[in-house]
Amino acid sequence: MAEPLLRVENLVRRYGGIVATDNLSLDVIPGELHAIIGPNGAGKTTLISQLTGQVMPNSGAIHFAGREVTHLPSYKRSRLGLARSFQITSLLPDFTACDNVALAAQAHDGHSFHFWGAARKEKALRDAAQAALTRVGLEKRADVPVSELSHGEQRELELAVALATRPQLLLLDEPMAGLGVTESQRMVALLKELRREVTIVLVEHDMEAVFALADRITVLVYGRVIASGLPDAIRNNDEVKRAYLGDQHAVTANG
Amino acid sequence: MSFSFNARNVVVALVLLGLALLPVYSAVSGNIFILTLFTRIIIFALAAASLNLIMGYGGMMSFGHAAYLGIGGYAVGILAFEGIGSGFIQWPVALAVSALYGLVIGALSLRTRGVYFIMITLAFAQMAYYIASGLSRYGGDDGLTIYKRSDFGGLINLSNRVQFYYLCLGCLFGGLYLIWRIVNSRFGMVVRGVRSNEQRMQAIGFHANRYRLVCFVISGTICGLAGALLANNTDFVSPAVMYWTRSGDLMVMVILGGMGSLFGPVIGAILYLVLEELLSQFTEYWALIMGPLLLLIVLFARGGIMGLLGRLSRG
Amino acid sequence: MLVLVEQSLNGLQFGLLLFLLAAGLTLVFGIMDFVNLAHGSLYMMGAYFAATFVAWTNSFVLGIVLALGATLLLGIALEFIALRHLYGRDHLDQVLATFGLILFFNDAVRLIWGPAGLALPLPAWLTVPVQIMPGVSYPAYRLAIIAVALAVAAMLYVVVMRTRIGMLIRAGASNREMIGALGINIKLLFTLVFGLGAALAGLAGLMQAPILTVQIGMGENILILAFVIIVIGGIGSIRGAFLAAIFVGMIDTLGRAFLPDLLRMVLSSAAASTAAPALSSMLIYLLMAIVLVVRPEGLFPAAKR
Repeated sequence: MAEPLLRVENLVRRYGGIVATDNLSLDVIPGELHAIIGPNGAGKTTLISQLTGQVMPNSGAIHFAGREVTHLPSYKRSRLGLARSFQITSLLPDFTACDNVALAAQAHDGHSFHFWGAARKEKALRDAAQAALTRVGLEKRADVPVSELSHGEQRELELAVALATRPQLLLLDEPMAGLGVTESQRMVALLKELRREVTIVLVEHDMEAVFALADRITVLVYGRVIASGLPDAIRNNDEVKRAYLGDQHAVTANG
Repeated sequence: MSFSFNARNVVVALVLLGLALLPVYSAVSGNIFILTLFTRIIIFALAAASLNLIMGYGGMMSFGHAAYLGIGGYAVGILAFEGIGSGFIQWPVALAVSALYGLVIGALSLRTRGVYFIMITLAFAQMAYYIASGLSRYGGDDGLTIYKRSDFGGLINLSNRVQFYYLCLGCLFGGLYLIWRIVNSRFGMVVRGVRSNEQRMQAIGFHANRYRLVCFVISGTICGLAGALLANNTDFVSPAVMYWTRSGDLMVMVILGGMGSLFGPVIGAILYLVLEELLSQFTEYWALIMGPLLLLIVLFARGGIMGLLGRLSRG
Repeated sequence: MLVLVEQSLNGLQFGLLLFLLAAGLTLVFGIMDFVNLAHGSLYMMGAYFAATFVAWTNSFVLGIVLALGATLLLGIALEFIALRHLYGRDHLDQVLATFGLILFFNDAVRLIWGPAGLALPLPAWLTVPVQIMPGVSYPAYRLAIIAVALAVAAMLYVVVMRTRIGMLIRAGASNREMIGALGINIKLLFTLVFGLGAALAGLAGLMQAPILTVQIGMGENILILAFVIIVIGGIGSIRGAFLAAIFVGMIDTLGRAFLPDLLRMVLSSAAASTAAPALSSMLIYLLMAIVLVVRPEGLFPAAKR
């Protein structure tokens, strides 16, 4: 088995009395699409936030591409090739779609302590932005301010922004949240293309999408991994069923 | 930058034109007072523009910006007092000390956000005020008279009102141009992005605070220049120029004009200082009117004058 | 030694006064998310009202009670007429609007009472020195301030932490909509909290009045100290404000008292007497700078919500 691109060891995160991440370990192999699922409150977003650096764990370790990144600030992790999309859309509302993506490209194009030349006129950045926008299907909406984009378009833009940073690992936190049927299908098709170029960790509630895309699935309940493996194994796992469907089924199963 | 004929652009063009031609009017009408008044206004417009850089574009609400007026002023004053009258030395020192102050205070203050940032910048500016008050050699509370304005050799005579006016205007236009370029540069986009959504900017790979700090320093340096100009204008510098209410005045100018718009601070400075002048000729108690007026403006005129004009432009 | 005890008590007294001011500010900021720069103006009004009412009624106690009431009413009126429209607004808007109020109050005071400032003489029974330790006496009035301030601090603690009203206040800070949904009149709650803050500011002002002169602009100088205390003490924390206030009060007072002498040992007398006041005023800000470097969230920040 290949050396894992991302290795999480015994991650713990507490909030007062609540244990949001409970001794969590998992790894992600390069090239795979690894889905993370779990009922609400399982701590999926908390996990993602610890992986990308918005939240710091209380204990445990995170290794990315061979480096320990456990306490590295998020901007440094981004530079290493770790990109994320946010569950609650987090874009730059005062800027256009193109500006948002161009800034992401700019972040990975040397330093930005240039005070004179107009950034919007930099062809390389504009081209990179257009490329990313075209990828997600937003090329016609490039000059629209983010505040005027539809929710679905904003979710797609989140993805474009993450892509523009040329990541090695893409962490997607519920990219299909709030999307309609057509938009979801488009997103799934897009992810199918993307997985060939970049390793993806996908947090999702949409089970159809998850089982259509995932190479491996990890199931989280109350911050703990209760199962991890191939999709079929997960589908047939009793504990997983219980976690999603409730204890009644466990009771009936056990007589 | 393409020019379209809307209310906003027309007003700005007229104002800039008016400022450029003011000395002509003053010479023709014999009204010296308006020349000195507008020299002062232009200097404050430059200070307000520098504050707008961090407030309007950078999202950093600093309540201690007047400190730079004092630093720039005292650099000129102290050097003049000690016998160094050359502007070629005084002004670079003013800029350098302002930059240093901005670096230290910025590094400390930017560890906080929001209200706390406001409070801390306020506190540090007040500290600068107290330090200046304690400099008994340089007049302490009473201030320091500057007997000879900055000397630039044969280049320009600061004691000549018209020349000085155009120097200040040149600095204002130069400052505005610099700010315009900065704001649209890579650096400026990052700073504006950080204001818009810091978490997002960090997530794509920008060290937000580093950019904020540099912006803070640039802004302070420009204001230091305004301070040097101000000291020359009044032939005097005292701690009062750094008193925290002066920082408040600057903030009002920025907000009145319209935060985050390039020419807003100019409009704001003109409006605020002209209003102050008119009201104080009217009554000794002009703040009784100015105070509630500010309150009303905050409640009803969001986006300041430029915002108002912008809404008019859009029809 | 005597001087040390006396100055320490002065520091404690000053610190407690600062606490009253800072507590009002923190309360309003914590519960209503409202930055009130005019808090210093309420402090000033407390002092002016006290000087005026004491002169009118010829009774110290009656005068200050009336002054406290007047400041409370003023605060409530201010909230009702103007400030409640600013809740939920950008902090910057609030800063600006209340800045406008400061200008207004300063000029209003100048109009009504003149530019010269007032004095508030103490009645005889408060000027007697009290023997607190063998051989050490301390002015009764200052002891009274310490006692009153401690009592108010204790009351504040009990009200906020132990009563239903206090619980509502703390809950309101975390979740305004829910409190409204529970049927509690949140507007009334906010008005009361603001009134409380105003009363605390006014109390601090009127207690300080006999010691310092009552003058225009007295609020601004001390307001900044209150800000510094909140930063040092910690975000949203009344306990932090208390500890920081005592700390700041002590350092400021002891610094001003002993720094000139300390400096005189190292510098010339002339240099020392000019550097000392500047340096002692700077001490607080240096302290704040150190706290910012070491613990930017403050020394005793309230638990994260």
